[in-house]
Amino acid sequence: MGLLTFRGGIHPDDGKALSKNREVVPVEAGDTLYFPLSQHIGAPAVPLVQKGDRVLRGQMIAEAGGFVSAPVYASVSGTVTGIRPMRMAAGSFCDCIVVENDRLMEEVPYEKAEWEELKGEEILNRIRKAGIVGMGGAGFPTHVKLAPKDPEQIDTILVNGAECEPYLTSDYRRMLEEPDQVTEGLRIVLKLFPKARGCICVEDNKRDCAQALKKCLRPEDRIDVKLLKTKYPQGAERMLIYAVTGRKINSSMLPADAGCIVDNVDTVAAIYRAVVLGEPLMGRILTVTGDAVSSPGNFLAPVGMLFSEVLEAAGGLKNQAEKLIIGGPMMGNAIFDLQIPVTKTSSALLALTADEVSAMEPSACINCGRCAEVCPGQVLPARLAVFADHGEEENFLKYHGMECCECGCCSYVCPAKRQLTQSIKSMRKMILDKRKKK
Amino acid sequence: MEKLLHVSSSPHVRSKAKTSTIMLLVIIALWPAACFGVWLNGPYAAAVLGVSIGAAVLTEYIYERLMKRPVTVGDGSAVVTGLLLGMNLPPLVPLWMPVLGSVFAILVVKQLFGGLGQNFMNPALAGRCFLMISFSARMTSFAVSDGTLNKIVDTVSGATPLAEIKGGGSFDLLSMFLGTTRGTIGETCTLALLAGGIFLVITGVIRLTVPLAYLGSFSVFALLAGGHGMDFPWLAAQLCGGGLMLGAWFMATDYVTRPITRTGQIVYGIILGIMTGLFRFFGGSAEGVSYAIIFSNLLVPLIERLTLPGGFGIKRKGGADK
Repeated sequence: MGLLTFRGGIHPDDGKALSKNREVVPVEAGDTLYFPLSQHIGAPAVPLVQKGDRVLRGQMIAEAGGFVSAPVYASVSGTVTGIRPMRMAAGSFCDCIVVENDRLMEEVPYEKAEWEELKGEEILNRIRKAGIVGMGGAGFPTHVKLAPKDPEQIDTILVNGAECEPYLTSDYRRMLEEPDQVTEGLRIVLKLFPKARGCICVEDNKRDCAQALKKCLRPEDRIDVKLLKTKYPQGAERMLIYAVTGRKINSSMLPADAGCIVDNVDTVAAIYRAVVLGEPLMGRILTVTGDAVSSPGNFLAPVGMLFSEVLEAAGGLKNQAEKLIIGGPMMGNAIFDLQIPVTKTSSALLALTADEVSAMEPSACINCGRCAEVCPGQVLPARLAVFADHGEEENFLKYHGMECCECGCCSYVCPAKRQLTQSIKSMRKMILDKRKKK
Repeated sequence: MEKLLHVSSSPHVRSKAKTSTIMLLVIIALWPAACFGVWLNGPYAAAVLGVSIGAAVLTEYIYERLMKRPVTVGDGSAVVTGLLLGMNLPPLVPLWMPVLGSVFAILVVKQLFGGLGQNFMNPALAGRCFLMISFSARMTSFAVSDGTLNKIVDTVSGATPLAEIKGGGSFDLLSMFLGTTRGTIGETCTLALLAGGIFLVITGVIRLTVPLAYLGSFSVFALLAGGHGMDFPWLAAQLCGGGLMLGAWFMATDYVTRPITRTGQIVYGIILGIMTGLFRFFGGSAEGVSYAIIFSNLLVPLIERLTLPGGFGIKRKGGADK
């Protein structure tokens, strides 16, 4: 049987060898932690603590600000010193609860549970209370995702372990080191959807993960482990759904419209810890890598610690870095300052000695069509970028500009080195913003 | 002072392929056919090619300097245009003709419309057709110098194989495949052109879509309307003769002047095949590739508009999922 995949996509240098074989090491938080109130899509969380309050590890310090929102938990014990705006990876500012770490790591007691005995509603409640959001990067609150309008329609739960983004190895380590958390988490989700089958999707460059996951399966499980072709952006939600089920959804549809729910492997592991152990989401695995990093590796970092401290844990920089990126090289954000807190959706810190983008000047488009060939959204990036640069909104929409998933494939392959994704992305943001204002 | 970090929007990595890499691959792919042309026709043919390339590059350089725009001769596209124009000229044209053709191709067709990527028809072919219309006698005289005449499987009349076939004469298929016939410098050797075309496909420069749609629709049209019935040796001669191979692999596939959409490329190829057939079998000349390509070039914006891709997961009218 051929490997599951989609049309288009690219094969960039994956750079995973740098950190792939490094076991996950816990890092200790620094003196001051910053807990952003908005680490998810939806309403920001509302602070429950004031300046001077003492907080414990595992204590809720901000509650959900609405249904589509998520609470925030302290990952250390210490004293709240205030609330102040901090710069986030994407460049904007976000209010953060500042906690002075007393290094005592005093923890609240967690309420364990046997998930088999819980009702669906109780499971959802525990997930909601734990502040779990999509850890693949989007940060959509998981309890909302797991409560679709019509649960009967859902027949497939996809666990996204594709990790197609170059350099990233955090999901790889998660699946390799704790496959049982992933499979058990999926069993819990499947309890919510009695008619659905679970499917853990892994690219075929991670066959060892697939093996490890398969070993954790029991004969009565409604779970498959499926291998996908190694290709970027295999892990993009719409591409993943198509590869596995053959169903296509466009940008204005939800996975539920195709009978699917997609969760990242790390999210599913967090579901296990929340439902069974009662632990809220307080930390995540980060890959710190790149040719400028002294000792690349994977680290279990508490939410709220600064990226500068995470970098120190990896031995700092051995070479002068020209570009620092939070996330992967295809979709991550370049930053100019490491005083940025780790959030629930951070996945990596990448330090590169060379910036391939500024090293290559854009020249005239020769209409070669490579951008259209690799575009998983099946649009014409070369034309869309021109419409975007000229501000031609009508044409942009007519050429299905909103179907772009901003994966970056077009900019990657362009022989004229044109900044296609960048132009299209800006135009999409402007249009989405306009729609919101209406 | 500490070195500043670079900040830009994602993606942060790029592939290695550049415009100049692509142009270099095209030049390499044209090399065998061009070399064969020089071997067959003698050193004067090399001079024609050289002058053509030189004039193209120089025109681009001077124009861009005068207009105070960045000089782009380094991308190699002018070299490709000059080389293709030279390969489309008869071997014994006076040297002012490639100069004139190159200046027309680069200055009028390419630069005046905005430079690389903006020309609405293939510059080399536009240059050739310009010369054809202006100096038709010189452009259709396929005499060769005495020193190299013995290499050509003759032909008493001094006409190209296609012209002889059209006049009711016989043809030698093997020599047409190997290229030892009369014709423009670069068009005669089917073998070398095929090798170049396959090289371009393997290196990912072109896709098979346009050449296959072109040659396929031409073959079907020839068999149905060529007036020879199911005469396959005749069809093979039609495929090997004239500028068809050079056109189908190297000029119809020109990025700038073919549709960017996949469906559009099939439509474009089919139109090319039919037009070439019409010109060859119903026109005054035995040739038709150049005109077919530049006319089809003009249809490209229309073809593209009619074949826009639907976008992933967008339902077409009528509800069928694409």
